[in-house]
Amino acid sequence: MCLEPARLSHSLHITLCPSLSISLFLSLSLSLSLSLSLSLSLSLSLWLSDYPHIGYDLDGKKIFKPIRNKDELDEFLDKMENPDYWRTIHDKMTGTDVCLSDEQVDLVHRLQQGKFGDVNFNEYEPAIDFFSNEVMIHPVTNRPADKRSFIPSLIEKEKVGKLVHAIKMGWIKPRRPKETAPQYYDLWAKEDPNAILGRHKMHIPAPKMRLPGHEESYNPPPEYLLTDEERQVWEQQDPDERKLSFLPQKYLSLRAVPAFSRFIQERFERCLDLYLCPRQRKMRVNVNPEDLIPKLPRPRDLQPFPTLQSLVYHGHSSLIRSISISPSGQWLVSGSDDCTVRFWEVCTTRCLKTMEVGGPVKSVAWNPAPSISLVAVSYGENVILVNPGLGDRLICSATDQLISSYEEPEEVKDQQVQWAVPEGKAQEQGQRLILTHPKAVKQVSWHGRGDYLACVMPDDGSSLQVVIHQVSRRRTQNPFHRNKGAVQCVSFHPSRPYFLVATQRYVRVYNLIKQELTKKLMANCKWISSMAVHPGGDNVICGSYDCRLAWFDLDLSTKPYKVLRHHKKALRGVAYHKHYPLFASGSDDGTVIVCHGMVYNDLLQNPLIVPVKVLKGHIITHDLGVLDVAFHPTQPWVFSSGADGTVRLFT
Amino acid sequence: MGGLQKKKYESGSATNYISRNKARKKLSLSLADFRRLCILKGIYPHEPKHKKKVNKGSTAQRTFYLLKDIRFLMHEPIVGKFREYKIFVRKLRKAYGKAEWGTAEKLRGNKPGYKLDHIIKERYPTFIDALRDVDDALSMCFLFSTFPRTGKCHVQTIELCRRLSVEWMNYIITLRSLRKVFLSIKGIYYQAEVLGQIITWLVPYQFAHDHPTDVDYRVMATFTELYTTLLGFINFRLYQTLNLVYPPKVTHSQPAVMLHFDLLSDYLTSALLPFLPPRFAEPRWPPVPRPGGLQEDGEKLAERLKARQDQDRQEKLFEGLKFFLNREVPRESLAFVLRCFGAQVSWDKSLCIGSTYDVTDETITHHVVDRPSLEKQYINRYYVQPQWVYDCVNARMLLPVEDYFVGVTLPPHLSPFVEEKEGDYVPPEKLKLLALQKGERPEQEEEEEEEDNDDSEEEEDEDQSDDEDELKGMEEKQALGKASSVKVTPGEAKPVNRQRAEQEAKAEEKRLAVMMMKKRDKYLYDKIMFGKKRSVREANKMSAKRKALDEASKANKKKKLKK
Repeated sequence: MCLEPARLSHSLHITLCPSLSISLFLSLSLSLSLSLSLSLSLSLSLWLSDYPHIGYDLDGKKIFKPIRNKDELDEFLDKMENPDYWRTIHDKMTGTDVCLSDEQVDLVHRLQQGKFGDVNFNEYEPAIDFFSNEVMIHPVTNRPADKRSFIPSLIEKEKVGKLVHAIKMGWIKPRRPKETAPQYYDLWAKEDPNAILGRHKMHIPAPKMRLPGHEESYNPPPEYLLTDEERQVWEQQDPDERKLSFLPQKYLSLRAVPAFSRFIQERFERCLDLYLCPRQRKMRVNVNPEDLIPKLPRPRDLQPFPTLQSLVYHGHSSLIRSISISPSGQWLVSGSDDCTVRFWEVCTTRCLKTMEVGGPVKSVAWNPAPSISLVAVSYGENVILVNPGLGDRLICSATDQLISSYEEPEEVKDQQVQWAVPEGKAQEQGQRLILTHPKAVKQVSWHGRGDYLACVMPDDGSSLQVVIHQVSRRRTQNPFHRNKGAVQCVSFHPSRPYFLVATQRYVRVYNLIKQELTKKLMANCKWISSMAVHPGGDNVICGSYDCRLAWFDLDLSTKPYKVLRHHKKALRGVAYHKHYPLFASGSDDGTVIVCHGMVYNDLLQNPLIVPVKVLKGHIITHDLGVLDVAFHPTQPWVFSSGADGTVRLFT
Repeated sequence: MGGLQKKKYESGSATNYISRNKARKKLSLSLADFRRLCILKGIYPHEPKHKKKVNKGSTAQRTFYLLKDIRFLMHEPIVGKFREYKIFVRKLRKAYGKAEWGTAEKLRGNKPGYKLDHIIKERYPTFIDALRDVDDALSMCFLFSTFPRTGKCHVQTIELCRRLSVEWMNYIITLRSLRKVFLSIKGIYYQAEVLGQIITWLVPYQFAHDHPTDVDYRVMATFTELYTTLLGFINFRLYQTLNLVYPPKVTHSQPAVMLHFDLLSDYLTSALLPFLPPRFAEPRWPPVPRPGGLQEDGEKLAERLKARQDQDRQEKLFEGLKFFLNREVPRESLAFVLRCFGAQVSWDKSLCIGSTYDVTDETITHHVVDRPSLEKQYINRYYVQPQWVYDCVNARMLLPVEDYFVGVTLPPHLSPFVEEKEGDYVPPEKLKLLALQKGERPEQEEEEEEEDNDDSEEEEDEDQSDDEDELKGMEEKQALGKASSVKVTPGEAKPVNRQRAEQEAKAEEKRLAVMMMKKRDKYLYDKIMFGKKRSVREANKMSAKRKALDEASKANKKKKLKK
C-alpha cells in the first residue's frame, strides 16, 4: 500500500516526457532560453502547483518559487498606497509581480480595441497591380511558355472523341425540355365499356354529398331558424351528434353573407371520408309495414263472440276477487274483499242472496256437477261449502241430503283439515260444511264430477300446499310429499285423471292414478297467475304477471305453442268457453281480450288463435283492473269481475 | 375420425382482408406514400361483415382493406416512382450537404415525376363513369382556385385549377346545361346536367380564407392532383364533342393582359362566349314514334316530350334580356348563371375587362343591385336584387320582380334540391311557387280568405256569446226555483254513419292483427311506424312554428297600422 504514491509519481514522469521533448524542440527553434523556461514552466506549472518548485533549469535543478508572504492585508495596503498598483500584475509562472511599462499598457489598450499591436503598421497601404491587362514591356517572370500551352491536349482529345462517338451512337441525347403544363388528350378515345376489372365487382362507389335543404339557405323561411332553446341545445351537443352541422342563419341581402368559416374543413372531411372511411354495402330493407301484419281471418267471420257490455252487477263495495257461474248458467256467485259472497241472477242482475263470511273472499267455485247445488267459498284459512238454495228445489234438497247422509267412519283418522258442520244462523244461510285449513286458502277448484275439491295454500317449499278433499266421505288428502316452488293454482283435467299444478314458472301435470309426474310445461314467464284447461283436454292456457299469455298444446311440446303479449299489464284471469272456441283473458289494464282459439280434431293441424275483441268497461282502481273472467256455460257470453266492485257481462 | 384439424382464421373472410399496417408493410411504403397511393388509386377500406372473424377473434377497432386491392396495388408503376422520388430526395440532400451545387442542379433537372393518365383510365373505364364522379373534383378545383397565390400550395396548381374550372363553366354556358342554383350560407351550389348525368358542385363565396390549422393540406393536394388530371381529360373530351380545340385559344387585342393569369381567367369567363359556336339546334333525343307502341309507352313518350319542352323553355329563360351588374354583386356567379340562360350581361368597365355595354345603355332591361337604395335610376329598366336571378332559374320562369326591388325585404330563398314527399313539411312559399308554376294567381285569393276568416271568427264569437246568454238564463231560472218540467220527448234515431263504422271496424281489425305479430316483425313494424310518426311530428312542429311566427308578424303589422 505504501508503495503506491511512489509508483504514481514515476508514471507521472513518464507521461511528462513527450510534452517536454516537444517544448524543447520548439524552444530550440526559437533560440530563447527564456522561452524555454517559460514553456517548461507552462507545461509543468500545472503539475507542480502543489510543489515548492516551479520547474527545472538546464542543469536539471529545481527552480524554486519565490517566497511569497503577502496576505490580504498587505495586498490591501499595497492597493491603497502604491500608485502603480493598477499596472502591476502577478505573474503566476514566476510568482513575481511585474509592473507594466507605458508601452506595454499602450499595447494592451490597442489589442483591446482590436487594433494591430504594432503602432507603425499601415493597414491601408496602396495596392499595386502586378498582373494587369496591360502588357508590360518587361515580363514579370522571364520563364518561357510551356509546351502544353500551344499543343492540343491528347487527353482532352480522347475525351471529346469519346463524347462524339457516344453522340454518334445515340448514347447521349440532348436533355429534353421539361414539360411544365400537363398534357391532355382524348383519354376515352377507345373506351371499352366491358373492360371492367374483376376488382370492380367489389367496388362500392362513394355516396355523393348530401344536397342542401331549405335550412342551408342564406335566406331561409323563418321556421327553419332555430329558436333560442334549440340553439342552446345545438351548442351543448357534441359535434358528432348534431343533426345539422351548422347553425341556420338569415341574412337580409346577399352582400351581408360572410364566408363560411368551416368550408375548407368540410372539404377536407369529405376527402378523409373518401379514402379513409370503411365502406360497406348495406341492403336497405324497404318493407311496406302493411305487409308485416299477419293475414288473419276476419273477426266478423268468427262470430259468435262477446262484443258489447250489456249488464253490470252493482252491489259489492270492494274489489271482487272471484266469480263463478252455476252449471245451468242461471246464477252467478261472486266473492269480494268486503267479506261478502253474493248470488246474482244472470239475466236480471238481481242480487238474490248476500252472505257474510269472516274474511275477504279469495275464491269461489260453483260445483260443476248439474245434480249438486254447492258452492265452495274460501276466505282466510276456511273453505265453506254453501248450498245457495237457488234453482231446482229437488236438487237443493238432494244436495242437503247428500251432505247430511254422511256417517262417521269407525276409525277416525287425524286429518290436517277439520271438517265441521255449521249450526244456527250459518246453517240457515246455507252453509253446510266448514273446512278449517292450517294455512290461508287462495284457490278452490272442483273436479268435473263434483265430489273432489282441490284447495291451494301457497307457501314456498312447504309440503302442504295443495290438498284434495272428498266431500262425500269428508276426507282430505295431501297428494304431494314435497312441492317445488310456491303453487299458484291448480286444476283438474276435464276428462282424464290428471291434475295440473302451476307453480311460479312451471305447470306440472300429474297422473293421479299412477301417482307420477306426466309432464312439466315450461311457461317462459316469470310468475304464473292463472291457468285454464281446454274442455277438449289437450290445451292449456296460462296467464302471467309479466303480461303474457302462453298457449300450450300438450301433444305438441312442453314449451308454449304460442305466447301472446296482448295486454299491457299483468294478467289476472284466463278462461276457456265450454263449447265455443273462445278464450278470454283479463288484465290489470282494465281490458278483457277475447280470442278465437279453434282446436282441430286433426292432430296435424295446429290450433288457430285469433284475437277477436278487446272489451273495455272496468274502471282501474288502485292499479287493478279485471281480476277474474268466466264464460257462460252455454252462451258466448263472458263475465268479468273488477277492482271497481262490479261484475260485468259482455254479450 | 382422422384428418387434420382445421385451424382457425386460415380460410374464409379472415384471409380476404388485410389490416392497414400489414398492407403498408407488404407494399413496403411509408404511411404517407401509402396514403397517397390509396387516394390516387381510389382504394378505400372495407367494413367486413363479420368483423370479429376477420380480426382473428379480437374486437379491437381496425381498418381493413381487401387483400385483392392491396395485391392490385403491388403492380402499380407509380409505386416505383415513389421510390425513385425517395432516392432523388436522398441524393439531393447529399449533394447539398457536400455543397456540390453542380450535381444538385443536375439532379433537380432530372427530378422524377409521374403521370396519372393510366390511373384515370383504369378508375373510369368509360367517359360516363368519369362524369358520374366529377362532383367532388369540381368542388375541389373551385375551392383551390380561390386560394391565395402564397403559402398553402403550389401556384401552378392554383392556376391550373382556375383554368380548368373556367373551362368547365364555359362548357356549361355553351351547352346551357345549368339546371339549378342555390345560395347557401356555405357557398353557391350549382347543378348541371351533362350527357344525362346530374352534376352538383359547390363554389365558395369570394373571400379570403382563414386557413384552418387542423387540416392536412398534403391530403388535399394529392386529391387535387388527381382531380385536376381528371377534370382536364373530361374538359378535353367535352370540348372535343363541341368540335373545339382544347385548350381554348384566347385572342385579345392587348397581349400584355394575357400575361396576367388572373385577368386572363376573368377574360375567359366574361368574353369567351362569342368565340364558341352557338349550340346545336337539333334536339338531342329525337322523338322516334314506335310502331305499335303500347299506350303506356305513348304516355311516357308524351311525358318525356313535355319535360324536354320545359327544359327548352328553361334554357331560353333570359333570352332577349339585357342585364347590367352593379359592382357590389358577385359578378362571376351572376354572369355565369345569366349567360347559361341566354341573357346578355355587362358591368362597369373599370371593374373588369369584358364589359360590352355601359350603364347608360337604354336597352338594358334589368339592373342587378344589392344596396339599400340607389340615387340615379333609369326609368326603363327594373332594379332587382341578385336573388331574383337565382329564384327565376329555380322556378323555371320569370318571377314577378316586385318582390325583389331595391330595398324590399326579400322572400325566402328555397332550396331547389328538396323534393317533398307525401307527409313532409312544405313551406308555404313553396306551395305558392308551385301554384305560380301552374299558372294560378294565388295572392289575391289568400287575402280574401284572410278576410273571410276574420269574419267567420267574429261570427263564432257571436254564437258563443248567444250560447252563454242562454246558459245564463237557465241558471237564473234554476235559482228562482222554477224546476224545468219533466217530460218525455220522442227520441231521435241516431244517424248511423256507416262509413265511419266501417272504418272503425277496419282499424280495430288491424289493431288486433298487429297484436298477433311475431316478435321480430313487430320490432321492425314498430321501428317503421316510429320513423313515420317522427317525421309527422317534425312536420307538425314546423308548421306550428310557422303559424306562430306568422301570427306574431301579423300582430306586429296591425300594431304598426294602428300607430
